[in-house]
Amino acid sequence: MSLDSLAYVREASEPEEAPPMLSSGALAWARANLFSSVGSTFVTASCVALVAYLLPQLAAWATTRAIWSASDGAACRQHQDGACWAFVIAKWDYLRFGSYPVVERWRVVVAEASGAALIIWLLWISAPRRVWAAFLFFVVYPILALVLLRGSSWLGLPIVDTQLWGGIFVSLLTAVVGIVFSLPFGVLLALGRRSPLPVLRVASVVFIEFVRGVPFITILFMANNLLPLFVPETWTPDRLLRPLAGIIMFSAAYMAEEVRGGLQSLGRGQYEAAMALGLNYARMTALVILPQALTLVIPGIVNNFIGLFMDTTLISVVGATDFLEAMNNAIKDPVWAGPTIMVTGYVFAGTFYFAFCFGMARYSAHVERILAMARK
Amino acid sequence: MISSSLADADRGDDGAIRFTSVHKWYGSFHVLRNINLTVGRGERIVVCGPSGSGKSTLIRCVNRLEEHQRGSIVVDGVELTDDIKRIDEVRREVGMVFQNFNLFPHLTILENCTLAPIWVRKMPRHDAQELATKLLAQVRILDQAHKYPGQLSGGQQQRAAIARALCMTPKIMLFDEPTSSLDPEMVKEVLDTMTALAHEGMTMIVVTHEMGFARQVADRVVFMDRGEIVEVNSPLPFFDHPQHERTKLFLSQILR
Repeated sequence: MSLDSLAYVREASEPEEAPPMLSSGALAWARANLFSSVGSTFVTASCVALVAYLLPQLAAWATTRAIWSASDGAACRQHQDGACWAFVIAKWDYLRFGSYPVVERWRVVVAEASGAALIIWLLWISAPRRVWAAFLFFVVYPILALVLLRGSSWLGLPIVDTQLWGGIFVSLLTAVVGIVFSLPFGVLLALGRRSPLPVLRVASVVFIEFVRGVPFITILFMANNLLPLFVPETWTPDRLLRPLAGIIMFSAAYMAEEVRGGLQSLGRGQYEAAMALGLNYARMTALVILPQALTLVIPGIVNNFIGLFMDTTLISVVGATDFLEAMNNAIKDPVWAGPTIMVTGYVFAGTFYFAFCFGMARYSAHVERILAMARK
Repeated sequence: MISSSLADADRGDDGAIRFTSVHKWYGSFHVLRNINLTVGRGERIVVCGPSGSGKSTLIRCVNRLEEHQRGSIVVDGVELTDDIKRIDEVRREVGMVFQNFNLFPHLTILENCTLAPIWVRKMPRHDAQELATKLLAQVRILDQAHKYPGQLSGGQQQRAAIARALCMTPKIMLFDEPTSSLDPEMVKEVLDTMTALAHEGMTMIVVTHEMGFARQVADRVVFMDRGEIVEVNSPLPFFDHPQHERTKLFLSQILR
C-alpha cells in the first residue's frame, strides 16, 4: 500500500506458508531449551556427565555385582559392593503376607488378584460395562474379601486373626480402604461445610479443622485407644480396624478441603442453571456440581491419595504390620545380618512405594488429558 | 405504575404470572418497589431499563432464583413461598435462558438437553433424546448435538441453552439478557430463534436491550427504572410516544 493512495482493495489473498526452518522440530527444541547460551550449554553438559557417571554404577550395584541367590547372609557379607537380592527373595513370603498362616496364604492371593482385576476394569476408561465393575468392586468385593481373608467357620475357612495379617497385603488393603472411603467422606464434609444448615456446617468445620490441626500419629493413637471407648462395650473394634478408621478420618479432612476448592471455583451460573431446570439439591450436586468440581481438583485428590499411601507406613506405631514394618522385622534377622542388608531392603521398599505412587500420578495425568480432550 | 394497572385490568385472574405489590431488598437497598404486573398466557413481555433498574431481579423472582420479601408472586396458579415443593413445581414449568448461557460444560449438548427431562420429568432416556433431537433441530444446531459446549460459538451455545430449557416443555420462558454477551454477528441467530418461539405462542418475559426485537415481537414493553415499573405499553406507542420523562430519556439514550 503506497502512501500516495489512501484507498486500497485487495485483489488476491496472501498465500499460507510453512513456518521457517528450525522454528519447530527436535533440533529447534534442543537449541532453544538445552543450548540457548554458554551457561545453559554448560549446565546441560554437566548434568549429562553426572548421570553418565552415576547410572552405570547404580545399575551394576543392582544387577551384575548383586547377590541373587544364597541361603543365608554369608555371601552378601563377602560381596559388599552389590545389592543382596537373595535376602529379599528369601524373605519374600514374609514381606508379602506377614504372619498369615502359610497354608491359608492362597486366600490372600485370590483376594489380591480379584481386587487387582476389578481395579483395572474400573480404571480402564474404555473398558465395557464399568458400572458393573463399580458395583462388584464397591459392594460385592469388600464382603467377599473380608470373608475370605478373615475366614468363616460356616464356609470351612479357618479364622485368621487380623493380628497375624501383615506385609504388602496389609499396606495395599489399608491404602485401598483408605482411598475408597476417604473420598466420599471428604465430599460429604466439603458439602457439609458449604451447607446452609448451621448445625451441619459447624460440625463439618469442627471435624475438618480438628483433624487437620493434629499430627497423623496422634490421630492413630486416638483411634487406637479412644475408639473402643465410643462404641458399645460388647463390640470391641478390631486392632486393624482402628488404624483404618484413623487413616480414613485423617485423609477425609484433607480431601474435604481439596473438594471445597473445586466447589468454590464453579460459578454461580451452574447452580442457577441447574435450579432453573428444576433439579433438586441432591440431583444438582450429583449431576452438575460434583462432576465438574471433582474434575477440577483431580491433581489435588491424587496428591492426597499418594500422601495416604505413604501414611500407611505409620500404622505400625499402633501395632499393625505393614510392608515397611515387615521389612524392618526382616532386616533384624541375625541369619541375614550384614552391611548391605539394610540398604537393599530399603531400596526395594522405596522402589515398591515409588512404583505405586508414580503409577497413580501417571494415571491421573492420563485421565486429565482425556477429560481435557473431550471438552475442548 | 398507573399505566400497568390499567393495562392489567382486562386480563382477569387467568394470568400466567401475577406480581402483586412485590418488594425486594438486597440488604438495605430497595431493589424492587411495589411491582404490580400480570402477564397473560401466551403474552410476550419485553422488560427494558437502565442497568441496575431491577429488571433481571424481577424475572429471577419468577423462578425464585431470588426471593421477594413482601407482596405475592403467583406463577401458573402457584404462589411462590419458602415451600420447596411449590418452588420445584414452578421451576418445572418455567424455563430460563441466561446471559452467560450457563450450559453444563461437562456434558454434551444433547446431554445438557436430556438431563432435566430424565431426572426431573422422569422421562425414559430414549424419549428424552428424541425430544432433544427435535428441539435441537428446531434451533438449527442438531449437527452440534454430540459436541461439548466449549466447542461451540456463543450464538450456538445460546441456542443450545434455549433448546435445553424447551426440553422441559415449559409453559413460560424467561430470557435474562440473552444476547448481551454475544459477538454482534451472532445476535441475530439467537433473536430469530426467540422470534420463532414467540410465534408459537409461548409465554415469554424477555429482559433485553434489543429494541428492534421488542418492537417486532412484544405484546407489551415494560420500562423499569430504580426498582419500579415506570411505564408499560404496547410497542408502537411505547417507542413512538413515550409518556414518562424517564422513558423518554432512556429511549433517547439507546436509540440514537
